[in-house]
Amino acid sequence: MSAWVLDSFAIADVELRKLMRDPAELVSRAVQPLLWLLVFGQVLARVRAIDTGQLGYLAFMTPGILAQSVLFSAIFYGISVIWERDLGIVQKLLVSPASRASLIIGKAISADFRGIVQACVIYLIALLLRVPVRLEPAAVLGVLVVVTLGSAVFATFSLVIACAVKTRERFMGIGQVLTMPLFFASNAIYPLQIMPPWLRVIAQVNPLTYVVDALRQLMIQGGHSIYGLGWDCAVLTLVFLVLLGIGVRAYPHLVR
Amino acid sequence: MPEAAEASTRRRIRAAGGIASGVDCVGVELRQRRALPGILGPMFQRRKPEPGATGAIEMTGLTLQFGTLVAVDHIDCQVPHGEIFGLLGANGAGKTSTIKMLTTLLPPSAGRACVAGYDVVAAPAEVRRRIGYVPQMLSADGALTGYENLLLSARLYGVGRATRRRRIEDALEFMGLTAFAHRLVKTYSGGMIRRLELAQATLHQPKVLFLDEPTIGLDPVARRSVWERLADLNREFGITILLTTHDMEEAEQLCRDIAILHAGRIAVRGRPAELKASIAPTATLDQVFAHYSAMSEGGRLRDTAQTRRTARRLG
Repeated sequence: MSAWVLDSFAIADVELRKLMRDPAELVSRAVQPLLWLLVFGQVLARVRAIDTGQLGYLAFMTPGILAQSVLFSAIFYGISVIWERDLGIVQKLLVSPASRASLIIGKAISADFRGIVQACVIYLIALLLRVPVRLEPAAVLGVLVVVTLGSAVFATFSLVIACAVKTRERFMGIGQVLTMPLFFASNAIYPLQIMPPWLRVIAQVNPLTYVVDALRQLMIQGGHSIYGLGWDCAVLTLVFLVLLGIGVRAYPHLVR
Repeated sequence: MPEAAEASTRRRIRAAGGIASGVDCVGVELRQRRALPGILGPMFQRRKPEPGATGAIEMTGLTLQFGTLVAVDHIDCQVPHGEIFGLLGANGAGKTSTIKMLTTLLPPSAGRACVAGYDVVAAPAEVRRRIGYVPQMLSADGALTGYENLLLSARLYGVGRATRRRRIEDALEFMGLTAFAHRLVKTYSGGMIRRLELAQATLHQPKVLFLDEPTIGLDPVARRSVWERLADLNREFGITILLTTHDMEEAEQLCRDIAILHAGRIAVRGRPAELKASIAPTATLDQVFAHYSAMSEGGRLRDTAQTRRTARRLG
């Protein structure tokens, strides 16, 4: 196997070991989507304020909340990489012969793992709330692929931001400023059609929109994708590759 | 010592380290080789660096500039194979910047550096394969066990699956950590973490080992144990070691050859005994350090005056 694949797995392996050793964080991350679906979703479903076509509101927003969890848990990678820089770990990785791309892909793979755990949690909540989720193996597999792509995109995005801002304090500020707009300027909790035109333009360049769009078809009975699954996956793959290219150049700047 | 004699000694010492003519390291032809198809690559073996012909580390006019600040100012310095070389200097003298350039973390603003026969700018990947690096912070991952930390290093350095386990066990044994291999590193003492990092940095049998203030913050016993391992690594495996320090005892115990950096330049270079003798027959290395770190007296006086003013204002 190629050296960069092995190196990526070596990095991912270490991240997974750490995650499994301290699963408290994974558990606590399940609370937020639970609240969104249980409180926000239930209330808005009763008001019928948002026109979501033939889908019930709860069914409409479930894929959106999964996408949100993917975004929020992946965005954490930037801060962890700054933390590792302060500890000297990044310096050691950068002096090793492993390619910069594999150091970043390794992180993305571990973000994928978190994303998949989030997906399992949300399937569980959705079943409890009697959301009509699709359970055919092909559809579930499709959800996992999209979650994997989305996690990789946002983890790498976060890493690029971390390389630009360099300190934890600044990252905290910028992380807040970026994640909420990414979430609200997307089709996660309301359809594109009801947005004012300027917001729709922003939503259309927001990668989260494509995650949600694909998930809506793959996860929910009767849900359909506006852009088509192929297009969604192509956009996400392209965004990931562009971010990876930027990350490869930006990563060494973290230790300069 | 009479003034003239002192000056001539200093010149001689400086010349001993300052020669960097005929620097000849691989880099350019390597780039051309990369353009060859993958299958043909192995047929064109690169020229092996010849030990002895060039030093383990060669710096020629090496310079690092951040905006208007010149952190490293035209350093010429050659370190022969098998040496334990100490880069001494006060905080901000340019030690860490130099080590970052030599380990490919920072590109030089001017000049060039070759490590283990390869140019750090033209062939960074080749340099990385041949060096080990221990940063200043205790950087082993506390959330992993000692064994897992070593496993990560072994994998990233391409130590084959067949030899990995054996190498890791040997390294743990060499560093006296076998009994703690499967404990989380956050339960280790500072000295144990440093020894684990030495193991991490030498698993792939590097030619040159870089250490940035290796014993800073360690207690005297831990310090001594780190020194012993470093001396062993150098003696048993012939690893060239470059370390930075501002601890004179460390320099004296460990380094056969030192250079004192001051304001980004090499103020003096030589064997500790020679340097001491050049100041006074009974001089200590501390006095040598103070002597050469105070060469630009003007700056220091200004600093002192500044401090006094601040003290008055606060007092």
